[in-house]
Amino acid sequence: MPELTEHAPIAARPGRSLAALAAERVLELLVRICGYSATFFVFSIFLFVLLSGSDFILNRLNPGEFLLSTEWVPTSVTNKRYGTLALTLGTLSVTSLAMLIAVPFGLGAAVYVSEFTTGRTKEILKVIIELLAAIPSVVWGFIGLVIMNPLIIDWFGAPIGLNVLNGGVLLGLMSVPIIVSIGEDALKAVPDSYREASLAMGATRWQTVVHVLFPAARSGLLAAVLLGVGRAIGETIAVLMATGHSVQIPHSVLDSVRTLTATIASELGETARGSDHYQALFAIGVLLFTLTFIVNLSADLIVRGARGQR
Amino acid sequence: MDEAVQLPFAPTDATRRSRRREAIARVFLGAMTAMLVVPLLAILGLLVAEGLPALTWEFLLTSPAAGMTAGGIFPAIVGTLWLVGVSLAVAAPIGVMAAIYLNEYATDNWGTRIINLAIVNLAGVPSIVHALFGVGAFVLFLGLGTSILAASLTLAVMTLPVIIASTKEALAAVPLSFRQACWVLGASRWQTIRHVVLPNSIQGILTGVILQVSRAAGETAPIMFTGAAFYLPFLPQSVQDQCMALSMHLFTLSTQVPGVPEAMPYATALVLLALVMTVNLTSILVRSYLRARRKW
Repeated sequence: MPELTEHAPIAARPGRSLAALAAERVLELLVRICGYSATFFVFSIFLFVLLSGSDFILNRLNPGEFLLSTEWVPTSVTNKRYGTLALTLGTLSVTSLAMLIAVPFGLGAAVYVSEFTTGRTKEILKVIIELLAAIPSVVWGFIGLVIMNPLIIDWFGAPIGLNVLNGGVLLGLMSVPIIVSIGEDALKAVPDSYREASLAMGATRWQTVVHVLFPAARSGLLAAVLLGVGRAIGETIAVLMATGHSVQIPHSVLDSVRTLTATIASELGETARGSDHYQALFAIGVLLFTLTFIVNLSADLIVRGARGQR
Repeated sequence: MDEAVQLPFAPTDATRRSRRREAIARVFLGAMTAMLVVPLLAILGLLVAEGLPALTWEFLLTSPAAGMTAGGIFPAIVGTLWLVGVSLAVAAPIGVMAAIYLNEYATDNWGTRIINLAIVNLAGVPSIVHALFGVGAFVLFLGLGTSILAASLTLAVMTLPVIIASTKEALAAVPLSFRQACWVLGASRWQTIRHVVLPNSIQGILTGVILQVSRAAGETAPIMFTGAAFYLPFLPQSVQDQCMALSMHLFTLSTQVPGVPEAMPYATALVLLALVMTVNLTSILVRSYLRARRKW
């Protein structure tokens, strides 16, 4: 807020006691420290997850094997293997399917809410989207188990309904609210003069959306999609419950898979603290952190780049 | 030819076409939005239909029995309240002060940019990575063990970025002219915040904080390894005990325990959802009431 600093108030005006000034200084210091807390936590999350697996990561982890081998066999007695490619592809397949659903629905709903509704209808729709976002992931997972599972077996003749399709649909529905709300913000940020100019030229609302708003809000909408992707990659409990447990490269949406997140959640409780297997799970944590960090950073840079241009 | 008389403003074919497209787009987009309402209603309807019959006072107020295939969910409700309460007590002050710093003190420099970037990324850290962090930092490094405290701190770190965001929004809604009027009278920056900015935004801040923290009640992954137990025969006495939690209990009932009567996980899910939704809906309504009532 540059405006604030231009008229910066003076703290040490005559007539204030030293004690009051000192107390104020202390409070302001505390506020400043809290201000930096988020930075502190992001760094310490990365550090602690990395350090907890450091012995294994530094000494016994073969990075090529870890990233590119599909063999995740951490419990073998003779030949333990820690390849995460199948898990990464599991995450990728479920996330892609989720985005196939969430991107059109999310952007469509964002356009509808932002451009085609007004007043009360708009408010109600926004509340509904917020409530959709509030459904806990364990409830989504439960829905996947008890509703989607039998439905998928019935409709597609799959041997088991806990698969990519199930997890992808759930994740899609879970990512929609974030895409809608960020996408709507992006559309709202386009100045009304753009809309007015376009409508005055005789364009319909839809033409305005396609030819004026989409190009103008392009980066904001892209950021919305990226944040949806980040959400889908990181989701844990719902995919743990809904995608089945087989570590394999999926060949169709009806194959069971296991994602990076679900692997940590299902195995962490059963490993001995400090063992290679335990540390390998932290290595997956580092991988996940890095993945989502890149996705979120790109989203942020895209939004900032757009703001700089305007 | 009948069409000899061309009205000057009659729609041309091109206009008709674009009007038709407009109508189609409106209906299509509206249908897409409406389809998002369907899963929400379907889930609510299903949980109510299947879970309500099992939802008795006895279910709410007794402990699980017979290897969790009978009895109620009382310890899980109590545990969830503990977790949410403690994480609220930790995250709210830090988050609100961080937002005060960002909105009232920070200038637009690279330090602020890094903080904002950190907040975005903290919000995007996968919940299971928060769990790993909780295990590494709170359970082991700080030696808290698997306890309510460790689990709540993990949840607090997780909810921090959303608390900061919603508080910042509430603070930013107070017009700059309010602050300027106060500064002109000779008040310091902190006095202005204390006596003008906070009183004018406190309701918005509280609603936002409660809204965000209620979502922590639904989280499972971060508490799985840091403090939530599958089953405990007693209620937690202090923050050093482990506890059960509704979300964890639903996960356990539906994936780990064989022979659970079908209605039990539905009823548990219904209680969890009702808890989260009630708090959410209330604070959303309060927020829109506050917005409508705003004097400026």
